Formats: sequence, C-alpha cells, structure tokens
Amino acid sequence: MAETHATSPKLVNHWLVKAHIVASLIFFFVGLVTGLLFSLQFVREYIGAGVELLSPGRVRMVHTNMLAYGFIANAFFGALYWIVPRLTGIPVFSEKLSKLLFWVWQLVLLLTFVGLMTGFAQGVEWGETPIFVDPLVVVGVVLMAINFYVPIIKTKEKALYVSLWYFSVAFVWTGLNYIMGNYLPQWFVPGAAGAAITGLFIHDLVGLFVTPLGWGMMYYFVPVILKKPIWSHALSLVGFWSLAFFYPLNGVHHYLWSPIPMYLQYGAVTSTVAVEIVVSTVIVNFFMTLKGNGDILRTSIPMRWFYVGMVFYFTTCVQCAFHVFLTVQEIIHFTDWVVGHAHLVMFGVFGFWILGMMTELWPKLVKREWYSTKLNEYHFWLTTIGMAVMFVDLMAAGLVQGYLWRSLAPWEDSIIFSIPFWMIRIVSGIMIFIGQILFVYNLWRTAKGPAVAYAPELQPSAA
Amino acid sequence: MVAGIAFFAFAFVIMAAAPILMLKDVEVKEIATIAQTVIPEFTQLAEEYPEEFKQHFGKPTPKAFAEALSLGRDTYVAEACWHCHSQFVRPVSKEDLRFGRVSTIDEYMNKLQLPQMFGTRRVGPDLIRESGKRSNDWHMAHFYEPTNVVPVSVMPSYKWFFDDNKRPTKKALALTAYVQWLGSWWRPDLVNAYKLETTSGGGQ
Repeated sequence: MAETHATSPKLVNHWLVKAHIVASLIFFFVGLVTGLLFSLQFVREYIGAGVELLSPGRVRMVHTNMLAYGFIANAFFGALYWIVPRLTGIPVFSEKLSKLLFWVWQLVLLLTFVGLMTGFAQGVEWGETPIFVDPLVVVGVVLMAINFYVPIIKTKEKALYVSLWYFSVAFVWTGLNYIMGNYLPQWFVPGAAGAAITGLFIHDLVGLFVTPLGWGMMYYFVPVILKKPIWSHALSLVGFWSLAFFYPLNGVHHYLWSPIPMYLQYGAVTSTVAVEIVVSTVIVNFFMTLKGNGDILRTSIPMRWFYVGMVFYFTTCVQCAFHVFLTVQEIIHFTDWVVGHAHLVMFGVFGFWILGMMTELWPKLVKREWYSTKLNEYHFWLTTIGMAVMFVDLMAAGLVQGYLWRSLAPWEDSIIFSIPFWMIRIVSGIMIFIGQILFVYNLWRTAKGPAVAYAPELQPSAA
Repeated sequence: MVAGIAFFAFAFVIMAAAPILMLKDVEVKEIATIAQTVIPEFTQLAEEYPEEFKQHFGKPTPKAFAEALSLGRDTYVAEACWHCHSQFVRPVSKEDLRFGRVSTIDEYMNKLQLPQMFGTRRVGPDLIRESGKRSNDWHMAHFYEPTNVVPVSVMPSYKWFFDDNKRPTKKALALTAYVQWLGSWWRPDLVNAYKLETTSGGGQ
C-alpha cells in the first residue's frame, strides 16, 4: 500500500518490469523454436520423427500456449508494472505479492510445457493448459487484478485515463473468460453448445484480454513518446465501449457452418463486421495523433513497431470483416488462410507492440545506451518482412486448399499443392527467428555495456 | 466495470446460454450408453489382434468398448489430433459428397464430445463420418507410419502406439476403436441401434 514514510517505496519496481520482459523473451524463444520445428513436419523434414516426447502434435500446442501465456502475457504484465503506477501515481498493491505472482506464473508455464509434452493437454483450443494447472491460473489472475486495482481505485487523478479503463476490464473479463472456457466445455456443456462457448472463449481471449492490454499500452506509449496527447479522447471512449459491447458477441465466428444454430452464427457475423467499424475509429484516432509527426517513424524504432502493428491490426480486422461472411467461409474455413490471420493478429499486432515496448523500455531498465541501433533496424525489417510474407503466403495457401477441396479433388491434392507454400512459410519463420536472435543479442550487449548517468526514479505522490 | 461485466454476461446469455437452454431437454448420452452398440469393427479388432485385445480389453463387450472409446478419445486429445482433423461436415463446399451427411446438433450430445472435438483446421480430412470406411489394419498401418498408406501424408508417425515388435498397445486399439466409432450412428447397418433424438438441426 502507498504510505508516506521516510524512505518512500519506489513508484515503479524496475525489477518486476525487467523480470517479466526476460521471462517473456525466454518463452518467446520456446515458442519460436517449436513453431519452426512444427513447420518442418509439413515438409516431412521433422527432427525427431517417431519420438514420443517430440511429437509434432504436442509441439504445436506448446507453440501456441507458450506464446500466448508465456511471451504475450508476461510482456503485458511487465508493461502494466511500468504503466499503472505512472498513470495513477501510486505503486501496485504489494511488491511481495507481485514477486510471488511472477514466480507462480512461470511455474504455470513450466507445468504447462511439461504437461503438454507428456500428454496431459486439455481438449480446449487455446485452453490446452492441463486441467490441474487451470485453478492456479484463475487464482493468479484474481490476485494480479487486486494488485492493479488498488492503485487504480486509490488514484487521486481526476479522471481515469483510457488505458486504465482497458486494464481494469481486461482482468475481470479474463478471469471470467478463463473459467468459462476451461470449465464449461470440459465438464458440463458438450457438442454444439460447447463449441459456442469455446468460440466465445477463444475470441474473448483475443478481444477481452490481449486487445485491451495492447491498446491500453498503445494509449500510454504513443502520447508519451510523441509528447502529444491522443487526437480525440471522446473517440477513444467510443472505441472502448463499442469494443466492450461487440467483441464478446463475435465468438461463434470460429465455428461458422457448424451445427451451432444459425441465428447465433448470423449474430456473430453481424457483430464481427460491427467490431471492424469500432476498430477503424481507434486506428483513425492514432493516425490523426501521428499526423504532422510522421518523421518519428524514421527516428524511433519503438514507434515503428507500434504503428506497423496498428496497420496490421487494421489489416487483420478488415480481413476478418471480409472472411467472416458465410460465403467466403465456405472456401477459407479450416484452411491455412485462418492460420495466416491468426499469426498476423497474435504476432504482427500484439507481438510487434510488445517488441516495441521492449525496445522502448530496455535502455531505461538497464540504464545503458543501446549497443547497436543497426541491430534493432535489422530486427525490425527481418521480422516485418518475415511476418508479411508469412501472412500473404498462408492466405494464398488457404485459397488453394479451399478451392481444391470444393472441386472434390482427392484430399492428397490439397497436401501436394500446399507444400510450396509450406516451404515459403519455413523461410519466413527463419527470417523472423534470425530477427529475434539479433534483438536478444543486442539486449544482452546493451545490458553489459558501459554505465551512463540516468534520471532518478520517480517518487510516489504524497499520500 | 459494471457495464463491462454486463456486456460479457449479455454476450454469454445470448450466445452461449441460448444453445444450452435449447438443448436442455436433450439427453447427454453417457459413454456406457453409447457403448451398448458395439460396432462390428471393435469385435473385429478382437479377432485381428487376439493376444493384445485379450490382454487389454478381454472380450469385445459393451464395457470394454466403453473403455476403449474413452481412452481413444483421451488419446485423440492428448496427441492434438483435433488440431489437424475436424469432426463436423458442413452443408457447403460439396462436403456431403466428400464425407457423408451434413452434421446435426443432436449427434454431439454425448460425453465423448465433452469437450467438443469440432476442430478448427483440416490438414487431414474430417473424421465424423469415418466409421467403417477403412479397415482396422489400414488404421493401424496409418498410425504406425502414415506415409505407408498415404505416400504424400504429412501426418506424424505414432510409433509409440506400438511395442518393439510393432504390435499395437492399448492406445492403438483404443484409438482405432474411437475413430471407427465416429459416424457409426448413421451407418445403415447400425442406425436403428442408436435412435438419435430429432431436434431442429443447425447448419443446414
């Protein structure tokens, strides 16, 4: 709790931010390696074929879960530890709790990794964390919420900045969503109704966990770096409330043309198109904010990550508004088109925003100048080009697969004709991988570099 | 905050609670109930792999079939089969010609679809009409090394479902039984045994 005494606690705990970033990067690499490994299966060049503990199917689940809960979640938590105290002027509820939660979260990830590789996956997409690990996650989310709600509630700021709105709801939604998605389809609701819930779960993870934390982060960093307020605060709140309303209704769009009742499917399609309109307002807001300062994209690599991420966000949502239509779904559902879409969202948007955040914060956390800005440039370009290539490649692959299936060609044809696309996917993955290696090398060399004098840490407002 | 929770709840009510309520009077079949109809392929497994079958399941009774289905489904989950194979036929894209009749909501009202195995990606074909299309031997060979029966397949090999003498373990038998069960309820020779409830099917 914020207290005034002779030696006030620091407002922001740098160790927490840095620890989460490092942990995030470790799981990022687990995710990258498993991704690359899994992609080799598609060209029948898998390393360790026939070995149970390297089973490609299990590796695939490790890939998705380590990236979502290890890379993305850890990084967002780290960002929250940096941002929330700054926006509220109050430290988080308890440093001890924060550190405990950090280690508990890494334990959750380790248990998930081992559990998935040894055959204990749960049959819920994006919820494959073993059943025995789920309760730990729920408890963790609740405690983390308390940690951040205390400064948000106690702040003496007159109005809650939009980022704090997003962060607040993200925790409530995530807690509710995780329970809903991991328990109802597992124990109580089978078949099509279970699929409706799973669809809600999957999309709520995107829309009510990752999106709010991501946009909240953008609403903080962009004005801070530009030293300029967001173009329209009214619009940011329109975006927030519409997102809150429409996003949860999208979920069933993950199971279109399934036996889920059609009226729900039509509702999901309508809601998905509506959300794209919402997204557009947020994108407009950020680009109008940038107007007149476009040169910063040349000089600030973090801003480049943020804005390319936003372009990808707009792309992915337009794509979604297009491919959600039941007619388009006939061709693209079940194909690699969807895989490309998922990668553009999870990595091209949120991954990029996180890399931008790390690039922005690392020098401040280690109190050093960058070892090399060139390496950061290479990192940006390799990753961006790699991601763009992967996206276009898999969209094309998806169309090939979908049309071949519809033509009633033998199933094998869809495999044979996908192989060139799967090879290109491997190349794009390698590009991304090399980019990250350069980045981590730069982070390490920077941390080990000569010390520089840095501005003193912010002190908490007198309570 | 309150509004946020309210929106989540609203979405849940109309999107999730709605189908749950629609189906509240439809029985969710227990595995033991389903297993009363022992499919011919399960009995054939006992004849084709007598030693292994006897060791793991005894005789091809409903009780043994229930155990096999359960273990088969659990293995299907653990090995991420559901990430490359789907389990519902859509009423589009000529899928009814390729796989069989379009899926309806009532087919999934059982404990083997808890959690549901609809799937969201097809690298391999849909499996909900797989029953009886291929022999047990085909499935065994396919699990051991998919390219032996489908040369261009990108499915991984599951050699650990077999012992050092390439004989099937319990998992291999169970998974074969499970896959052979998928869609058995609509087979002409078995359809009367299952007596599916008729509801207004979705997706048609």
